[in-house]
Amino acid sequence: MRLLDLPLNVHARLLSFDEVRAKLNQYGLYAGDEVRVMRVAPLGGPLLVEVNGREIALGRAVAEKIIVELR
Amino acid sequence: MRVALIGLPNCGKSTLFNQVAGYKAETGNFSGTTVTFTESRVRVGGEVIELVDLPGAYSLVEGSPAEREAARYLDSRDVDVIINVADSTQLASALSLTLELVALNKPLILALNMVDEAARMGLQFDADGLARELHVPVLPLVASKGRGVKGLFLKALEMYRKLEQVQGQVGDALNPEDRHQHAVAISKKYVTQGERRIIWRDRLDNVLLHPVWGYAIMFFVLFLFFQAVYGIGKVTEPPLLALFDWIMKSALSPFAEGSFLSQVILGVLQGIAAGVAIVLPYLLPFLLGLGLLEDVGYLPRVAFLMDAFMHRIGLHGKAIVPFILGYGCNVPAVMSTRTLEEPRDRYIAAALAVLVPCAARLAVVFGLVAFYLGPIIAFVLFLFNLFIIALTGKILSQLTPEDTPGLIMEMPSYRVPTLKNVLGKSWFRIREFVVEAWPILIAGSAVLATLNFFDLAYIFNWLARPITWLIGLPSQVGVPLIFGILRKELSLVMLSQALGTADFKAALSSEQMIVYATFVMFYLPCLATLSILRRELGTRAMLTISALTVIVALLAALLVRGVAIVLF
Repeated sequence: MRLLDLPLNVHARLLSFDEVRAKLNQYGLYAGDEVRVMRVAPLGGPLLVEVNGREIALGRAVAEKIIVELR
Repeated sequence: MRVALIGLPNCGKSTLFNQVAGYKAETGNFSGTTVTFTESRVRVGGEVIELVDLPGAYSLVEGSPAEREAARYLDSRDVDVIINVADSTQLASALSLTLELVALNKPLILALNMVDEAARMGLQFDADGLARELHVPVLPLVASKGRGVKGLFLKALEMYRKLEQVQGQVGDALNPEDRHQHAVAISKKYVTQGERRIIWRDRLDNVLLHPVWGYAIMFFVLFLFFQAVYGIGKVTEPPLLALFDWIMKSALSPFAEGSFLSQVILGVLQGIAAGVAIVLPYLLPFLLGLGLLEDVGYLPRVAFLMDAFMHRIGLHGKAIVPFILGYGCNVPAVMSTRTLEEPRDRYIAAALAVLVPCAARLAVVFGLVAFYLGPIIAFVLFLFNLFIIALTGKILSQLTPEDTPGLIMEMPSYRVPTLKNVLGKSWFRIREFVVEAWPILIAGSAVLATLNFFDLAYIFNWLARPITWLIGLPSQVGVPLIFGILRKELSLVMLSQALGTADFKAALSSEQMIVYATFVMFYLPCLATLSILRRELGTRAMLTISALTVIVALLAALLVRGVAIVLF
């Protein structure tokens, strides 16, 4: 499923994100990392996700290109 | 001996650097504050150390400009010891870079920074185990409080003297993905998660990022911020102006009134006064307040909340910062575009930020429109300004399609700011103003005085005539418009000189007042801002942004003129 569709506070694993891979790698995010959506900004705003103990804000356009698998 | 500090963005490298070297590197609770390296000589244990603060990097091979800079530095110079600063609350991410550094086979120390914060979160480290696994010394550090700093540098010295080499078998020849997973595994092995003490900071985001309260609090915080800045500025400006009045009178007394020399000296003094008495009373409290908001970690929250709105004008949340700053002064606004990664975003954000009316231009709106035509019209003019900025953003972003998918931003934990750091940072930025912009203000002021002395003003009225004619203003406003570029806050004073009266109602119609205020609100930023634009984005960008502001100002003024003709 897409990260964008992951319900709040459900643990998942990053599976693939080819389109935004370079960008995310630059921020130290890799396939296999555990991820959890902490909150979502209103009005089409970004998602706040927790990855490896860090909090990272991801715009929706980014989050819809990230595929995750439930653990 | 040369020691390099390297680590992920926002891990506290610059804080450590400043602890040792005095405030020389810009810090902030915001990723990517350092974009180039800073060097300083420091003395530790009788040895002189060349200390280098490298920009934050997640990796040595991936490619943001700041990271390439860091990698290039490690490659090209003789770095004797590398200190890898790691945010111990996020060790898994940090170790990936550490593994890359180990593979360089250079003397390396891993400094676990913010161990106080980690202890609060219940994290316990097996430092010895980690040191054995990585074959490098691992030392605890709290850079913000200066704890562990001395031990760290003594260790670096010791390694330098013994020429200790690390054996880099770990992490060699791994691809980034495997290296990352290896780092995660190591961190799981040597870090144990104990009881997390929940304190107010953990709950803060529930309120500050709340879909309703978050916005309410944001507007309140920004409102308070501006009230405080204007309040302090208003109290401190008049005595400073009075002081300069007195200084000018005393300085000019030995010269014959109206002589060339006295006019030029007056111009220079006015330039100095414009810096000290007009800009500093607003800039200083502004930078202090901003430093505070930044170090607490609130700005990324604002970026998070505003991302959806910023997308409508083709930017993302991080670009909100230059806009907020713009209302105080465009100079720090343009400087802050540095935190944006894409050149395209920096360009658009800077172009829009200079359309935000700074304190000096707000003075024109207040003094002309609010005073003569009422506050409601002034307020409508502000809304019009926001509308035009949004529209310009929309058009610019259509012309330069976005090549990035959108916002990716590290959300730092809240931190209690230290006074030392906030003061140091404000001083650092004030110095940028003093060195870059102030000399230009003074020189410009002297030129203006010279032209006035030789009665050359009419040339400028003539030069500006195509514009003033087009938007229906009398030709005399050419001089205040052109010389307003030097000092916007003097636009009103110069306008009254040019029109020969301080009662603008007698010389200008209501329509002309609104049109003048509109034009001043948008056209060319002041010389100080232009010089910063050039430094941040280059000469070409400065010229195109200048041209853009004139076009925007012309169109906006024409639009306002049309509406005013219908209404009045």
